[in-house]
Amino acid sequence: MELFEAFVLTVITAATPLLLAATGELVTERAGVLNLGVEGMMLVGAVSAFAVAVTTGSPILGILAAMVAGVSMAAIFAFFALFLVTNQVATGLALTLFGLGVSGMLGASFVGEPGVKLAAIHLPGLSELPLVGRILFGQDPLVYGSLIILLGVSFLLKRSHVGLVVRAVGDNHHSAHALGYNVLMIRVAAVLFGGLCAGLGGAYLSLVYTPQWTEGMTAGRGWIAVALVVFSSWIPGRLLIGAYLFGAVTLLQFHLQAVGVPVPSQFLSALPYAATVIVLVVISRNRRLLRTHTPAMLGSTFVPDK
Amino acid sequence: MKKYLVAALTAFGLSITPAAAEQLKVGFIYVGPQNDGGWTQRHDIGRQAIEAEFGDKIETVFIESVPEADSTRVIERMARGGAKLIFTTSFGFMDPTLEVAKKFPDVKFEHATGYKRTENVSTYSSRFYEGRYVIGKIAGKMSKTGVAGYIASYPIPEVIRGINAFLLGAQSVNPDFKLKVVWVNTWFDPAKEADAAKALFDQGVDIMTQHTDSPAPLQIAQERGLHGFGQANDQIKFAPGAQYTAIIDNWSPYYIARTKAVLDGNWVATDTWGGMDTGMVEMAPLTNLPDDVKAMAEETMRLIKSKELHPFTGPIAKQDGSEVAAAGVVMDDGALAGMNFYVKGVDDKLPQ
Repeated sequence: MELFEAFVLTVITAATPLLLAATGELVTERAGVLNLGVEGMMLVGAVSAFAVAVTTGSPILGILAAMVAGVSMAAIFAFFALFLVTNQVATGLALTLFGLGVSGMLGASFVGEPGVKLAAIHLPGLSELPLVGRILFGQDPLVYGSLIILLGVSFLLKRSHVGLVVRAVGDNHHSAHALGYNVLMIRVAAVLFGGLCAGLGGAYLSLVYTPQWTEGMTAGRGWIAVALVVFSSWIPGRLLIGAYLFGAVTLLQFHLQAVGVPVPSQFLSALPYAATVIVLVVISRNRRLLRTHTPAMLGSTFVPDK
Repeated sequence: MKKYLVAALTAFGLSITPAAAEQLKVGFIYVGPQNDGGWTQRHDIGRQAIEAEFGDKIETVFIESVPEADSTRVIERMARGGAKLIFTTSFGFMDPTLEVAKKFPDVKFEHATGYKRTENVSTYSSRFYEGRYVIGKIAGKMSKTGVAGYIASYPIPEVIRGINAFLLGAQSVNPDFKLKVVWVNTWFDPAKEADAAKALFDQGVDIMTQHTDSPAPLQIAQERGLHGFGQANDQIKFAPGAQYTAIIDNWSPYYIARTKAVLDGNWVATDTWGGMDTGMVEMAPLTNLPDDVKAMAEETMRLIKSKELHPFTGPIAKQDGSEVAAAGVVMDDGALAGMNFYVKGVDDKLPQ
């Protein structure tokens, strides 16, 4: 049982940065914008969080800095891809490369410095409950934040007017425009929200997961987040399954290796990717449902006629 | 005015060497950023050491974050720029170094961790396994569970040699010592390294060691109140209560010796595999350890330095029990360089 609790605790840590970044990207894509700069936004978020937390000693200020940094990076993307109507794929890739470089530059003096860890919440009594205490009531604020954001996004997209408008813009920007909605502004807001979430995902890495800064420390997690959005067919609930499944299989394969299961480690290393893709593809078999959730205008540009 | 012109031209990579033509220009090609906190930083410390040693007699230049695939161009530019001694500090620079060396027979090249040499290309590497043996002995003494965790990158001889040396060291203290190995298939992914460390700790190991680049596994050890070792660099800042010691790459003595050889005009292409005796492998201060274990570690280092002790001295058996080296027989460098098997006691199957 102790091993089970330890396992679940580590899975939550592994899943949270993916969930944060992917939730933001999901909203961006539902509004019809493909931003491949998640990795870059996460990196800039991670370095900003680390730098501010170490300098001020406050991880909370670090989180705020990461949000600002993520939004700023997303604003660069929005300026080029939405206002100057550049190719979204190319702009997103450029944003990732830019993020890699600029985070390395900003963080140069912080390499090799120990970080400040964001403390977990402790509720007297509740956090000490056997088995579920630490899992349910002893996490850090970003874990709860990731779940609240996901629930909020899920609810708003499905049940609110705002969500309907975002989806309309992503499904047919001409109709939405004809109905009098400001397509560009709605897309800008969605992109900025994506940047905010990616920044938080980066902050989780440099403040909780591994409190340190090293160049390129996201090591591809931004790309996994982008892939999760697609494989979960743009449905928030599936995103949650996908992120936690990915985290669980990652940890599981390490446990299997540690126990000494005679399976090649290269195969085990590939397992999280394979398992997540297979499960999400299997649950996405319903074609009609898939069609209704795929943003039809994903990646296409929009220039409002004056 | 001329000064500014020279500065401007130099900035564009066009080297006009004025009066100080007698200065030896020493170049370094780095695979990562200069301050990566690990591998490349240790090479850069070596560069600074030769500057301090030779002062005005030399001038150093370096180019950082050079992609291995695109390194020919960069190395060639450095040779054209007047560097007479060039250190290329990653395995992947091997063939590009040889290619450029052919075109510049009067330039001396030094390639780290490779195995191809010519008249003007030397190779050098470090016997990291000597350090692994020492930390293995410490783990053997300090572990309460008798099981250590080892986070490994890729199944190449260098990594396997380290795993075996660690376990042989531990078994010299505790013959029943066991080792759990987890392969992460990356050199650098702090979060993944942290995950692997957590899984190993959850499985009951109480000492962590790793052959990957980040201090994340040590940070996890610190969080859990357990212990581990630093890798490539002294990582005590990340885990003041957890690090016992660290294996440190020290290229400075070698870089100084080779630069001196060029200055003295007696440089010849060689193959160097330096260990603790040459100062290439160093250990960080022993911390968080009781005095008797400290003394044991220091004595082991002394014996390795004086060559009285070789980590790979028989009897050594493979996992299946077959003998690799009989009692008292030392494995030769060729066998060490190509090592592709686990010694007895590793709780893992070697990926092929």
